[in-house]
Amino acid sequence: MFIIECPWCGKRDQSEFSTHGEAHIARPEDPSVLSDEQWGDVLFFRHNPKGQHYERWNHAHGCRRWFNVSRNTASSEIYASYKPGEARPGAGKS
Amino acid sequence: MKQPNRLEHGGRIDRDRAIEMQFDGQTLSAFEGDTLASAMLANGLKIVARGFKYHRPRGVFSAGVEEPNALVHLRSGARHEPNARATVVEAYDGLQSTGQNAWPGVRFDISAVNQLLAPFIGAGFYYKTFMGPVKGTAFWMFCEKFIRRAAGMGRAQTVADPDEYEKVNAFCDVLVIGGGPAGLAAAIAAGQCGARVILLEQDACLGGSMLSLPVGGESDACLKAMEATLKGMDNVRILKRTTVFGAYDQDVYGAVERVWDHVEVPPAHQPRQRYWQIRTKQAVMATGAIERPLVFANNDRPGVMLANAVRSYVNRYAVLPGKKIVLATNNDSAYAVAADLVRAGAEVSLLDARVSVPAELFKPLEALGVQLYPGYGILAAKGSRGVSGAKIVLLDENGCARGPSKTIRCDLIAVSGGWTPVVHLWSQRGQKLQFDEQSASFLPLKSASSTLKTAGSANACGDLNQALLQGEVAGQEAAKAVTGVVGVQVNVPRLKEAIYADDWARDLLMIWSVTREDGSTDGKAFVDVQHDVALSDIDLAHREGFVSVEHLKRYTTTGMATDQGKLSNINALARMAQLQALSIPKVGTTTFRPPYTPIAIGAIAGREQGIHFRPTRLTPVHDWHVDNAAVMIEAGAWKRPWYYPEGGETINQAYVREAAHVRKHVGVVDASTLGKIAVQGPDAAEFLNRVYVNAWKKLKIGRLRYGVMLRDDGIVLDDGATARLGENDYFMTTTTANAAKILGYLEHLLQTAWTDLKVHVTSVSDQYAAFAVAGPSARDLLDAVCSGADLSNEALPNNQFVKATIAGVPVRINRMSYSGELAYEVYVASGYAHAVWKNLFKAGASFDIKPYGTESMGALRIEKGHVAGPEIDGRTTLGDLGLAGFASRVKPFSGSVLRHREKLDMASRPTLVGLEIDGDTGGMAGSLIYDQRAQQMGEEQGFLTSTTYSPALKKYISLALLRDGHERFGESVDIVNHVGDTVQTAKVVSPHFFDPEGARQNA
Amino acid sequence: MKNKYSIFSLARNALSYHQRWQTAWRSPEPKKQYDVIIIGGGGHGLATAYYLAKECGITNVAILEKSWIGGGNTGRNTTIVRSNYLWDESAAIYDHAMDLWSDLSQELNYNVMFSPRGLLHLAHSVHDMQEISRRGHSNHLNGIDAEFLNPEQIKKMLPFIELDCRYPVMGGILQKRGGTARHDAVAWGYARAADALGVDIIQNCEVTGFNIRDGAVCGVQTSRGQISAKKVGVVTAGHCSVLAEMAGFRLPIESFPLQAMVSEPVKPIVDCVAMSNGVHAYISQSDKGELVIGASSDTYTSYTQTGGFDVIEETIGAIVELYPLFSRMKMMRQWGGIVDVTVDRSPILSKTPVDNLFFNCGWGTGGFKATPGSGHVFAHSIANGEMHPIAAPFSIDRFHTGGLIDEGAAAAVAH
Repeated sequence: MFIIECPWCGKRDQSEFSTHGEAHIARPEDPSVLSDEQWGDVLFFRHNPKGQHYERWNHAHGCRRWFNVSRNTASSEIYASYKPGEARPGAGKS
Repeated sequence: MKQPNRLEHGGRIDRDRAIEMQFDGQTLSAFEGDTLASAMLANGLKIVARGFKYHRPRGVFSAGVEEPNALVHLRSGARHEPNARATVVEAYDGLQSTGQNAWPGVRFDISAVNQLLAPFIGAGFYYKTFMGPVKGTAFWMFCEKFIRRAAGMGRAQTVADPDEYEKVNAFCDVLVIGGGPAGLAAAIAAGQCGARVILLEQDACLGGSMLSLPVGGESDACLKAMEATLKGMDNVRILKRTTVFGAYDQDVYGAVERVWDHVEVPPAHQPRQRYWQIRTKQAVMATGAIERPLVFANNDRPGVMLANAVRSYVNRYAVLPGKKIVLATNNDSAYAVAADLVRAGAEVSLLDARVSVPAELFKPLEALGVQLYPGYGILAAKGSRGVSGAKIVLLDENGCARGPSKTIRCDLIAVSGGWTPVVHLWSQRGQKLQFDEQSASFLPLKSASSTLKTAGSANACGDLNQALLQGEVAGQEAAKAVTGVVGVQVNVPRLKEAIYADDWARDLLMIWSVTREDGSTDGKAFVDVQHDVALSDIDLAHREGFVSVEHLKRYTTTGMATDQGKLSNINALARMAQLQALSIPKVGTTTFRPPYTPIAIGAIAGREQGIHFRPTRLTPVHDWHVDNAAVMIEAGAWKRPWYYPEGGETINQAYVREAAHVRKHVGVVDASTLGKIAVQGPDAAEFLNRVYVNAWKKLKIGRLRYGVMLRDDGIVLDDGATARLGENDYFMTTTTANAAKILGYLEHLLQTAWTDLKVHVTSVSDQYAAFAVAGPSARDLLDAVCSGADLSNEALPNNQFVKATIAGVPVRINRMSYSGELAYEVYVASGYAHAVWKNLFKAGASFDIKPYGTESMGALRIEKGHVAGPEIDGRTTLGDLGLAGFASRVKPFSGSVLRHREKLDMASRPTLVGLEIDGDTGGMAGSLIYDQRAQQMGEEQGFLTSTTYSPALKKYISLALLRDGHERFGESVDIVNHVGDTVQTAKVVSPHFFDPEGARQNA
Repeated sequence: MKNKYSIFSLARNALSYHQRWQTAWRSPEPKKQYDVIIIGGGGHGLATAYYLAKECGITNVAILEKSWIGGGNTGRNTTIVRSNYLWDESAAIYDHAMDLWSDLSQELNYNVMFSPRGLLHLAHSVHDMQEISRRGHSNHLNGIDAEFLNPEQIKKMLPFIELDCRYPVMGGILQKRGGTARHDAVAWGYARAADALGVDIIQNCEVTGFNIRDGAVCGVQTSRGQISAKKVGVVTAGHCSVLAEMAGFRLPIESFPLQAMVSEPVKPIVDCVAMSNGVHAYISQSDKGELVIGASSDTYTSYTQTGGFDVIEETIGAIVELYPLFSRMKMMRQWGGIVDVTVDRSPILSKTPVDNLFFNCGWGTGGFKATPGSGHVFAHSIANGEMHPIAAPFSIDRFHTGGLIDEGAAAAVAH
């Protein structure tokens, strides 16, 4: 039941969004040069931190844009939302 | 009807409105303004319930939501409600209630014999026995039957609830929780500061603890003034009968308003209850406090009550539940109670565990004739079906008896062990509590940045004027935090003078349990009355090493009854602290979980029931299907025609007929549920090339192509056809089930990984309807209805499309076949779909056109060996499905690397085959396939995925995944249905059962 | 020797006013060194320690629990026990557990109240029907009982169910051996039995780091000092990623809130466990009379042990949809836990990049039912230094080799 700030639409109820886990996982430029091991790491292995977390959200029932959120998984506090491609904000409140 | 305990005067009841209610067949006379409990007490009812485990008689204990004893069945029939707390059930004329958890009734209950077993069935006894003499679960399950028979409190209703419920979202600047003095002051102050305020009160009346003070006094004047002030404030919204049950992340509060629970049947079109989800910027927790009981032998007897509850009954309801009252306390708050009781005509003895009591407290009482016993406590209540006396003793500093006991005759014992501030919401917000020695309670550990303020008794403020002041300050601060405006003058009514010097939050003596010299009790002394957890149970848990608070709670079940420990928690903690020789905060406290008080399940479900449980998606021609007697089937949110029975056909008869009809004449299936995605932009071809396993860069305008997508880990994700409408304009279709998933997947790639690609994807699923027209007469039919297009085989071969019109409506006609027949898909804008569909049927009459449903569509595709959901099940690879040939070997695509991992590339993986089943019964999907030579457990070779009767082949067939499948065409295998315990034989064949060369679809 | 629990000991102790019961387990100070340290005092960890001592001859074992034993997911789940999983690998481990469940009370001399009253999965769509059909056959292949029920048979088992709801009930699959057990008793029973075999149960002892030498673990740092160990097993559902990070690697896991709730107690009317993946309604009734209702997990990662109330709304909606008569009953308590979810919804029992450090995690929403089996094979794996054959398919390697055991793909959820 979070209020999440979509960088394009502003604050909206969580029910408008879907989340897809850890952000800033770069998709390999050339898929064929990665080993199975490296691909496995890209696809499955996660930081899954207790505390500060950068994650991907999608404004699924809104503008349908993807963006990143900095959130604390131990307290549910949301620190910041930012567009993909933007540098991640520092830990904690910005 | 006589009400023996009703006082002649006073109370906040409406004596002009006499009503009658029923409890266990007995008529209760009462007045409007009563609760069921106050009416029970007024009418002299002592036993109103039975205990959970020992079935001891129980009476009304409190006057509020914390009631542990007086739980009743309310109403009957469809509006029956179990476990209703009589103390908060508003009286109305004709109210029906009965006792629960007792047979034949609460006054005489057979199960009271359990008391004889009491020595054996203490805390956790069931962990130590019922295991049985031999291994296995048989003995326990035998015993469990009897345990379950005894389980539960009330009886659930047996028919569906006829009432309606609603959900409301609300927003405010300041949410004030609690309409007692602090809350009212907070709401006024916040409102006067310009904030948008919502004030919630669980009671039907505002006033909180002020309602328990004498009518017409100083506090009443103040309350009236506050109510008048609020009435004039249109920025303050007041909801009564509304309980905030939980506090959630980001200042979201859940509340339930009991809109029409105080009548027998809600008025037409009105909800019984309303669930509020409130988002606020600031909140003021003015939730009050709950009086704490004392623990002594037989403290559960009818006639033992909380002191301030007795005061409530006297002052609010004009009911005096006893004439000769022993009042026991360890703090100041019983003194005002004693005074009110004497004024109401009772004879009062006051026991204070404290040896020295300030003169200002006891002097006025002495004048009223109250007998004072400083240093005394109650060792035991006398009387079995009701209190007849109190055994009192001098106490030492541990609450143990010092010297001999003496008995005072009485008919009511009122107890006060101090107060427990209601801090549930504070705790639920994840904020810290700290133990306050003065009031011996856990209090909010305040922080300036908190969006939740506290005021009044919730904050251990035991004085009325102080509480008003705290509320005012909290309201002001909350408003200031929202508006940013400082220094606004507020004007909140106050008391002219302090009423009583009864600040309960100071000088409490931490003795709650009274025992004999050796620490034992003179009979069962209950810590948790509702769950029948006695002091001895706490002691046993300690002895057995259950020293963590949570272990104690779970082992003894203390605090786990419907009152969730509102009365018992601190007393249990105090006992544990005593046993462990630790302080209470060192022992800790358990977590406060929502809801604060139990909430009706229906209220949370709201109106999202029945067809509104989930949204329903209908295709644009849905009504036609219904009008033509289609049997509809759920497909996710969609409703699709399953089959169209004719003349009482079963589903099996209908689908076989429909499928055969398609192969002979022409049929139309509504394929509008397919996912449709517009893929547009200069890099669209490059994009498709990356997400599909096959090549897309050379697809010409006017052509379409079947494509398969993989997950990045090489598993098949989805399939469908994509048409190239223009230079930069593609029209993709996905399976019905994966429409949303694929759209999200494509967007994700474009927005986060391949941001350099100039491509837009847009869902157009709802904008277009699609009909598959299939059968030998398909072209003739379309020729008859279409204008503006050449549909000849030369002009429109497979995998091409043309634009045309049907009845003047522009349509796109894809030549492609899922059924294996000569087939076309007609795409039309949704708004015109129904008209086009009707035109197809009008023109189709002479071609013997019939609609067909998903079941026959499945039969047709199985005959052709096309894969669908049962094959693309999130676990299969291209190779498994015989689709490896589609994959490009030259270009990378999503999944192109990982699909070649060892486990996904193993030759031994089962592959798609067809099975022709011998005999005249079909196979069951999921049945296992065995080599006929070695039919042994664990040697299964594969399983059936999709099965059907094939009208074309006139036999039962199935698609299957079979080990070394491709090398086994012609081999006979066994199909074993382990569940039905049948064995069938079948021949392994190509999955392309029917017309493998595709002559029909290319015709 | 501990005093044995039985009806006789209960009677005997009743005569002495229950003054002579011993503690269920000791509260020892941690020793300097153990052969095996198990981190995490939940059901799986306690079971692991018990079987190490009982069957592997390793009694110099400590369980380090940062709070109180059984306080994580062991004490927060909806107590469902079943083994009717699709894949052979899953069936093997869950049915191994099932075999142990049936005699567990006698094994531990503690009534864990395992009650196989039957577990019913409802199917609400053609897709559901296909799923249960395939699973039922697969179950039989693995020696797991499965019966298909038609709507009339379901109505007999659950007389108050609304078959004709938004997603009409088309059929169901019943595992008669499925049921519920008393979650706390499982933790306490294993704890008491392990303690009797010499295992040290150390509560309020938080692990803050690993001591790793030459690529092998040799001890742990804790809030109560350094403790050395030859081998370490990590069984910290909800916090395994945190522990993995301490050891210097990542896991293919994300942690989500999972909520559950109970109603006020009423006289029993639900005898079996009824689960519906299609509308997401899981319900059973405890021996105390509370309806026990499991919700789906929240969609975002969290360690807060709470979740969004929207998930509760969804769940309650589904319950009322299927069982309209529960509308007037009251929810008494809701709570949350943290579940560690893998992409294939199957657990991880595995060696790790650090020698002698073993992980048992990733049980997602369904770990309780596996408790005895998980502990048993994990104990043998730790003792032998090689993964037990039943545990071997659940290695971390599968996320690289492609050998996923995908229990989630068809059902979307795999409770």
